[in-house]
Amino acid sequence: MNGVHDMGGMHGMGPVEIEKNEPVFHSQWEARVHALNLACGYHRKWNIDMGRHSRERIPPAEYLAFSYYEKWLRGLEMLLVENGLVTPKELATGRAESKASGAGVLRASEVAGFLRVRRLARMDDDVPARFRPGERVLARNDHALGHTRLPRYARGKRGVIDRDHGVFIFPDTHAMTRDKKPQHCYSVRFAACELWGQGASARDSVYLDLWDDHLDPA
Amino acid sequence: MSDHHGDDHAREHDRPLSGPALRARALESLLVEKGLVDPKALDELIDTYQTKVGPRNGAKIVARAWTDPAFKKRLLSDATAAIAEFGFIGRQGEDMVVLENTPKVRNVVVCTLCSCYPWPVLGLPPVWYKSAPYRARAVIDPRGVLKELGSEVPEDVELRVWDSTAELRYLVLPERPAGTEGWSEDELAAIVTRDAMIGVAQVELPARGKR
Repeated sequence: MNGVHDMGGMHGMGPVEIEKNEPVFHSQWEARVHALNLACGYHRKWNIDMGRHSRERIPPAEYLAFSYYEKWLRGLEMLLVENGLVTPKELATGRAESKASGAGVLRASEVAGFLRVRRLARMDDDVPARFRPGERVLARNDHALGHTRLPRYARGKRGVIDRDHGVFIFPDTHAMTRDKKPQHCYSVRFAACELWGQGASARDSVYLDLWDDHLDPA
Repeated sequence: MSDHHGDDHAREHDRPLSGPALRARALESLLVEKGLVDPKALDELIDTYQTKVGPRNGAKIVARAWTDPAFKKRLLSDATAAIAEFGFIGRQGEDMVVLENTPKVRNVVVCTLCSCYPWPVLGLPPVWYKSAPYRARAVIDPRGVLKELGSEVPEDVELRVWDSTAELRYLVLPERPAGTEGWSEDELAAIVTRDAMIGVAQVELPARGKR
């Protein structure tokens, strides 16, 4: 979706300000929200791409005004309701109407193991690659209403396959219908001048990780 | 689209806790009451990212690469496996790529669409990395951003920006500064900064006498 989360190349956002000796969390509620997101993910009612898409669907004015963990809190509320773990009424009142049925719950003793598990974004499926390193490609000029990992600034632009990362879940479908649609994911190099015009440095480039379904031969 | 937000905003103004703090507390107590989360597991998750995982992990990788050519070779050809030698694996570091800075090439990592970041080696991302200014500008004006941050890139040096749009996670291997010959791995790791491993700074020698 052409949301405000797709920020690459926007103007007017101000300077980048690095905080010295920044704490991991700026307040306790931020830490709880981060942990709640991970602990709720344990139930596997949604995947990482659905999680990203929940935050993308926060209305633009709120998205820009929210702090980072406010976005994670709002996204988590949406995921919990949309995937049936919490009812809208429970969320509104803060009171449980029923207990979760039969669901296991992440225990403290399981946390270390839980965080070390490799989730399966990389797939073993034997899918042929459509492109090889060195080939020229054109990023599709698609404006999907749903989730996509092809940012606006690269659409319709020409690049070169830098390396083939192998077969991965395709997030654009995984977020919308849970269809993994395994396919090759590549690092694609775009010259800065191709993306941003002749004012950009002729030496510089931007690399994006894109999938077969984002690309056509150029 | 969510239709439940806004319910709490009006009454929150009179309370000592801010809006999101209240909402987070209300959500946690609901989820605990429903039996969906265990608060002790939340404590453990928080402790992990506050005390166990952070940029000191990445600094160890960099220092090893600076002192052990065979490790560096493994790191650049299969970063995931090389980093796993240190036990740094799992969530948000499942597939790693290491980008080597040289006198002629500098690398910068960003996630324009969200906040992708290599947790096992750098911990959770700082606010500026997740902020609109960095996400907007790192791809269109990386030289301007680096100049503002005090790390100007000379014109004859190639700049490569890596937008983390997939489940690959990127770590920059900065240049080893001159004047560190003979330093131990621990001494080297101590001067490697988070920002150098994101690519917005270079590793500097500490001020004289502070080593």
